[in-house]
Amino acid sequence: MASIHSAVLDLKRLDLLANGTSSIHRLDARAKVLVTVVFTLCIVSYNRYELNALFPFFIFPLAMISLGEIPLLFILRKIVLLCPFVLAVGIFNPVFDREIILQFGSLGISGGWISFASIMARSILTVGTAFILVGVTGFTAVCQALERLGMPQVFAVQLLFLYRYIFVLTEESGRASRAKELRSCGKKGEGIHSFSSMVGHLLIRTWSRAERIHTAMLARGFTGQFHTSRQSNFGRAEIIFVLGWITIFIFLRIQNVSLLLGSLVTRLMP
Amino acid sequence: MSHHIVEVKNLRHVYSDGTVAIKDISFIITHGESVGIIGANGAGKSTLLQHLNGCLEPTSGSIHIGHTPLSKGTLPDIRRTVGMVFQEPDDQLFMPTVFDDVAFGPLNLGFSPADVEERVADVLKLVGAEHLRDKPPYHLSGGEKKRVAIATVLSMSPDILVMDEPTNGLDPFARRQLMQLLRDFKHTRIFTSHDLDMVLELCERVIVLHEGEVFADGSALEIFNNEKLLSECRLEKPLSMQGCPVCGITC
Repeated sequence: MASIHSAVLDLKRLDLLANGTSSIHRLDARAKVLVTVVFTLCIVSYNRYELNALFPFFIFPLAMISLGEIPLLFILRKIVLLCPFVLAVGIFNPVFDREIILQFGSLGISGGWISFASIMARSILTVGTAFILVGVTGFTAVCQALERLGMPQVFAVQLLFLYRYIFVLTEESGRASRAKELRSCGKKGEGIHSFSSMVGHLLIRTWSRAERIHTAMLARGFTGQFHTSRQSNFGRAEIIFVLGWITIFIFLRIQNVSLLLGSLVTRLMP
Repeated sequence: MSHHIVEVKNLRHVYSDGTVAIKDISFIITHGESVGIIGANGAGKSTLLQHLNGCLEPTSGSIHIGHTPLSKGTLPDIRRTVGMVFQEPDDQLFMPTVFDDVAFGPLNLGFSPADVEERVADVLKLVGAEHLRDKPPYHLSGGEKKRVAIATVLSMSPDILVMDEPTNGLDPFARRQLMQLLRDFKHTRIFTSHDLDMVLELCERVIVLHEGEVFADGSALEIFNNEKLLSECRLEKPLSMQGCPVCGITC
């Protein structure tokens, strides 16, 4: 349970990072969300063997980390947590795709390894950027920005509730699982049987909590419309931020900068 | 006509699984009264509270708030008049920040953003939580959550405050702070609690529920001095009225 507990603490830390006052923090959330969406679209639009063209894109997360004063190690740790999932997705590529497409002297590299590396690089870029976005904006502001950018309100509210109650639910499941551990005396308890019953109980408890929350909302005049009183404005700084980064992304997407640099270096070399 | 009167007449509630939670309850609570509703577990306290602002519909009987009968049509008005503070603050604080939570009710009532801002600032000051304004509710301690939960209701300017176990789970200091806050309110107040010392301090009148009925209704001191009545209802004298644990002397 320690891992769940520390994951929740990490989430809280990410939340606290969003209270910063750097120039990036002060930008309207919509600008940051828009740029991140365009960035992600650029990354996922490459074909599966593309690797070197992805490297220049690291400039965006790195710039956000340094301008937003986000601890780099903290974000790296978050990304490492995700690595097992990415490995599971890409690990079979080298097995099935054995065609050699790159030759380093006598060492041949198959398409499978290239596509695997490409998946890794893309995951690190997109997931890392998503974490950084939450770190410099805050989850709530991201949801509100998505809503103001046209996402249906019902999804935004769902996301907000999910985030709000993730803390309550993890605490509850942590307590239930600790109680089970303490009474299983170092063994596995009744294995999957007791586990499924515990999950069932959690579901029912969550259900009745949802009912109580709904009652609390009705008691305060809720009629289906979710009001937010937050004011923000999309000014010149935001326009420069959005246009600047989108221009860079489009340039990087059209021109393979790694290749350009490579050929420049080889041309300069005698 | 006063908006602060609560009149419950022959209220009966049967849950859909057949459990009779309330058999027959009648009482009138008048303007400015502070009333404690006490009883053993399962006596029907929470079910009764949920009727007071229309969260549950009576199986039979009626409820009037300030001479207005509680019905579907009058619900919005009654919910503004009766502010309900839930036992579990996590159920009540569902918005991303304390400010949003306190502003939720007034915004639903259609107040302008400037009005809402003023109200939120006022009630947060009243409950001593101005510094928590921009914090998310899951970063608060139990006592802070409770005070903010009260602020979320006060921001709607209710005439009647209904609170389910207000001191539950609070440390002695937070409990004392909360009681001080509640004592200063001029609203009609209705509490349910097992914290009988709090009831004794805050309520002039006590209604004892037993198996879904009103077993006794009278002044707090009178009821807490009636040991026979208390033991019949699985209750005890408040600790402050019991003898000293060392010398056994009762004041």
